[in-house]
Amino acid sequence: MSTLVPSHADHYPTYFHRWWSLNQKKVVPYIFIAPTMLIFTTFVLIPIVYAAYISFFKWNGISEPEFNGIRNYTRLLEDDVFWTSLKNTILYTLGVVPLSMILGLLAAIGLNRKQLPGRGILRAIYFLPFVISAVATATTAGWIFGDTFGILNKILVELGLNKVQWLTNRHTALLTVIATTVWIRMGFCMLIYLAGLQSIPSDLIEAAKVDGATARQQFFRITLPLLKPTTFLLLVLNVIYSFEVFDLVFVLTNGGPGYSTTVLTVFIYNSAFQTQSVGYASAIGMVFMAIIMTITMIQWRISNEGGRID
Amino acid sequence: MANITSKSSSIFNMTSRTRERMITVITWLLLAAGALIMIFPIYWMVATTVMPREDAYSRELLLVPPNITFDNYVNGWNNSPWPQWYGNTLIIVVTSVAGITFFGLLSGFAFAKYQFWGRNILFLIILSTLMIPLQVLLLPRFLIVAKMGWANTYWSVIGPHMADIFGLFFARQFMLEIPDELLEAARLDGAGEFTIFFRVVAPLAKPAIAVLVILGFSARWNAFAWPLVALTRQEMYTVQLGINHMKGYYFTDFPAIIAMVVVSVIPIVIMFLTFQRYFIQGIARTGIK
Repeated sequence: MSTLVPSHADHYPTYFHRWWSLNQKKVVPYIFIAPTMLIFTTFVLIPIVYAAYISFFKWNGISEPEFNGIRNYTRLLEDDVFWTSLKNTILYTLGVVPLSMILGLLAAIGLNRKQLPGRGILRAIYFLPFVISAVATATTAGWIFGDTFGILNKILVELGLNKVQWLTNRHTALLTVIATTVWIRMGFCMLIYLAGLQSIPSDLIEAAKVDGATARQQFFRITLPLLKPTTFLLLVLNVIYSFEVFDLVFVLTNGGPGYSTTVLTVFIYNSAFQTQSVGYASAIGMVFMAIIMTITMIQWRISNEGGRID
Repeated sequence: MANITSKSSSIFNMTSRTRERMITVITWLLLAAGALIMIFPIYWMVATTVMPREDAYSRELLLVPPNITFDNYVNGWNNSPWPQWYGNTLIIVVTSVAGITFFGLLSGFAFAKYQFWGRNILFLIILSTLMIPLQVLLLPRFLIVAKMGWANTYWSVIGPHMADIFGLFFARQFMLEIPDELLEAARLDGAGEFTIFFRVVAPLAKPAIAVLVILGFSARWNAFAWPLVALTRQEMYTVQLGINHMKGYYFTDFPAIIAMVVVSVIPIVIMFLTFQRYFIQGIARTGIK
């Protein structure tokens, strides 16, 4: 009989070998998951418990930590910077999520047309910004949106228009950050929508055409409802991404000018590593995590109910 | 009679076909206009780096570089320890990607194909950590890494980057599709569980490995927040930290900084264009299923 490997089953040299050949199917899965579990425990589970613990202390990271109960949390409620960064995070999310999803959907519908010349190249161009690192994008955006030498302002001047303080004005900086993010995220939304569109059976659309449905009816009555699961998925992913955005904002504006682009993650980072309020930063982190979990739960609830109605 | 109907239907077809063609043309024009807007920042990024500094910092609008130079690349490369930073990045990226792929496949296989006590609860715990934002972990993780004596070492970045929920999830989804009969047949032939993993499962998982390696490489190459916290000494910097550092010190010489940005982006862009299929498959799959 041909075997894949030399077999140990026909002779048991030691007690261990016998035990092993009888029990390996029960033991091996634990060995297989051990490295992953070890890494998760060390770098995710222990840190999160530790952060919860530190959040009840006044600590600068160096001297002896001093227990101060829930005072970090009550301080948070009175901290204007916290409320500003919460507001900025929400405004950022409200700007980024619908814009990148609508533009992504439109691009996906266009790119889903057969016989469209250069479909592959167009798709690659739309998706390219998503591949580039946030640091690279933020650095380049800093140059493009520059007040004096930025190409956008040079174009505006050439057209006889006024310059815009893209990143140096409190009222425009957040909009500029949102626009840059839409540039990054749109291709991602397009890709997921494209996969969703391609899973719609084409005879369904054909049947609607035969029944005399207009293009508008086809889109709003058939395509859009069938894309509902894709839309929910993108909504969840995009809202979480927007709440957790850090790299782009940190490198592009570092929360400025003033606190006009300070989002929650930047506020946490600066509290922990700039002002060294380690305990306070942990408390903000806990509140932030609670917000993220609440949003995720609500979205799960809604998407499950949506699924049940269908 | 038959003639008339066939004629009228052919006319009907022709008009609807020209209509379809019109829609295709308009769609193409709109998409191309959008693509121009999307590509312009990338074009301008590259154009800036081949302009002499005087041109880049002139008040005139120069959409096409009138003079070409590579001085910005030379200046950028020489004003910072780039060879060291690229070396650091390669060590960190290659080791973590090897870890993500190997450990992801191992645990994905275990969660997909074995019945063991605690399987569902452990998987649920891992999945629920998806809700923990990285920014909340930065500080306590930094304190723990420092206690382990790992501050400013490669391991401080590699360690946490060696397990990835999306990697595990993707590997598990892939393993679920491997038929149980195949594994049973190998067991009947006397193969042990390790042999089954390395000789039967791993070769079958090549497409999944490709996706894990490609997505893992781009994610680790682009990683910023955790390396920023873990690596504070300049000689330990990664490429992304190097760019951020340069931006703070040489902000009067943007063309040189952007030149280094272009260099840092090239490997990822080449990888994306070469393995586009895997990128798209991986993202569509981890996103959708």
